[in-house]
Amino acid sequence: MIHSILAVYYREMLIMRRRLTRLIPSWSVSPLLYLIAFGYAMGKHVAIDGHSYMEFLIPGLIAMNSMTQAFAIASEINIARFYWHIFEEIQAAPVSDFAYVAGEVLAGTTRALLSTCVILILGLLFGVVLSCNFMFWLGVLLNSFVFSSLAVGLAMVVKSHGDQVLLTSFVITPMAFLGGTFFPLENFPVWGQNFIHILPITHAAKVIRASSLGNVVPLSSYFVLAITGFIFFSIAVVCVKRAKD
Amino acid sequence: MIKVQNLNKIYKSLHALKDVNLHVKQGELFAYLGPNGAGKSTTIRILTGLTQPTSGSVSLNGFDLKESSIKSRQQCGLVPQSINLDQELSVYENMTIHGLLFRMDRAERDKKIDELLSYVDLSQRCKSLVKELSGGMKRRLMIARALMHSPSVLFLDEPTVGLDAGMRRKIWALIKKIQQQGTTIFLTTHYIEEAEFLADRVAFLDTGTILVIDTPSNLMAKLGSWALDRLIDDKMEPIYFYDRDEANSYIASHKESFTLRRVNLEDAFLAMTGKKVK
Repeated sequence: MIHSILAVYYREMLIMRRRLTRLIPSWSVSPLLYLIAFGYAMGKHVAIDGHSYMEFLIPGLIAMNSMTQAFAIASEINIARFYWHIFEEIQAAPVSDFAYVAGEVLAGTTRALLSTCVILILGLLFGVVLSCNFMFWLGVLLNSFVFSSLAVGLAMVVKSHGDQVLLTSFVITPMAFLGGTFFPLENFPVWGQNFIHILPITHAAKVIRASSLGNVVPLSSYFVLAITGFIFFSIAVVCVKRAKD
Repeated sequence: MIKVQNLNKIYKSLHALKDVNLHVKQGELFAYLGPNGAGKSTTIRILTGLTQPTSGSVSLNGFDLKESSIKSRQQCGLVPQSINLDQELSVYENMTIHGLLFRMDRAERDKKIDELLSYVDLSQRCKSLVKELSGGMKRRLMIARALMHSPSVLFLDEPTVGLDAGMRRKIWALIKKIQQQGTTIFLTTHYIEEAEFLADRVAFLDTGTILVIDTPSNLMAKLGSWALDRLIDDKMEPIYFYDRDEANSYIASHKESFTLRRVNLEDAFLAMTGKKVK
C-alpha cells in the first residue's frame, strides 16, 4: 500500500520539480497583487480586531491559496487523464483506488504547503511576521487535505478539461472570495454568515488567522475540516472506482 | 495463459462485445484482428482491468480478474494504442515510475532499466525527455516499460499504429524476441501483415463477435495459395487458386487484366465477413 501511494506521489513530485521554476512565480503573482492592491494601497489605514489589514489579509490569502493550489491537482490529473492517458498506466498497475487517491492528495497537499511558504515570504517583504506554530500548519494541512480530496473526486467525475475549468469558476472562485479571506464575516447579514459557515474555507481561514495572529484557536473548526476531508477522501475513492467505464 | 468466458460489454445502446470466448496458451502470440470499432481495444481494456465487463469472466494465469484484480494486474504488461508516457519526464523517470507502481525495489529497478533500454536500443536516450523522442522511440519505450516488471502476459494494442514500414519491422522483431523468452502476447492489430508475420493464432473479430480462431496458415489455406485480383465495377474481386499454374492458365484464357499475388489474411477476413479489415 505505502509503496503504491509513494509511487503516485513520486510521479507528481517529479513533474512538479521539473516545473518548479515556472510554478513559484505563478504562485507569487496573485497573492502579490492582492497584497499590493488590497493590503498596501487600500487597507493602509484599516485595522481589524487590533491588527493591521495586512496582518488580517495574509492568513486569509494563505487559506485561499492553499485551497486553490490543493485543488489545482485536479487539473494535473485531468491533463494526465485526458491528454496523456497516464491514468491508464496507473489503473493497469497493481495500485488500489485508495492508494491512488492518497498519493494524489499527498501531492496536492505538498503543492499547497509550498505555495503557503511563498506567501509567508511575500508577507515578510511587506514587514508582516506571522506566528507559524503547530496549529497554523495543522490548519493549512487540513485545508489542503479537504481541497485536494475534493479535487481528486471531481477530476474523476468531469468528462473534459473544460468541465474542470467550469467547476473551478463556480465552486472554488466564489469560496476564495466569500470565505472570510478578504473581510470579516461579521460584515455579512446573519443568513449570509450561516451559509458561509458551511464552507470549509471559512473554517480554514478562521483557524489559520487565529493561530498565526496568536488568538484563541476555534478547535471545532479543525474538527469540521478533518471530518469534511475524510468525507471528500472517501467520495474520491468511490469516484476513482467508478472512473472505470 | 488467458481464459475468457462469455465476455459481454454493453455501452448504453451499443453491444460492443458479444459472448467472447478465448483461451490463449502460455507463450503463445495471439493476434486479434478486426476493423476499427470491432471491439479489439474494448477486449484489451477489459483484460487489463481498465474497463469493467458487463458479464463474463476473465482469468490471467489462473487469477480471476474480478476477484484478484491486484494479483492479475501484476501478471500483465500493457502497451496501449495511444502514447501514454509522461512527456515532461525523462526516459529513466518514466521507467522508474512504472517500477515503483509495480513494487520493485531500487536495485531491481535500475538493473531492469539498463537491461530493457539496451534491449530496445534506447540506452543512449536514458536521460532524454520523452517529448524529445521520435514516434518509434516512444513506442519502443512503451514496450520496454511494459516489460519492466517481467509480466507473463503482454498486451499490445495496435503497437505499430502510425509508424513507418521500417520502424514497424523493428517493432515486430522486438515482439518476436519477447515471445521467444516465454512471454504470452495478446496483440490487437488491423495490419494484416503484422498478424500474418507474428501470430501463432489469429481471431477474427467483427462487430463484437469472434468469427473464427485458427492459425494464419490454416485460415489462408481454406481459400487457396494464390489470388488473382480483377477490377469489376470499380471493385477489386479476387479469385483464388491452389497452385500458381492454375492461376496462370486462368490469366491466359481471359482477356481482362489481373494482378497475381499470394493469398493473405485479408482475403480470409474478406471471404468470411464481406468486408476488409482496414
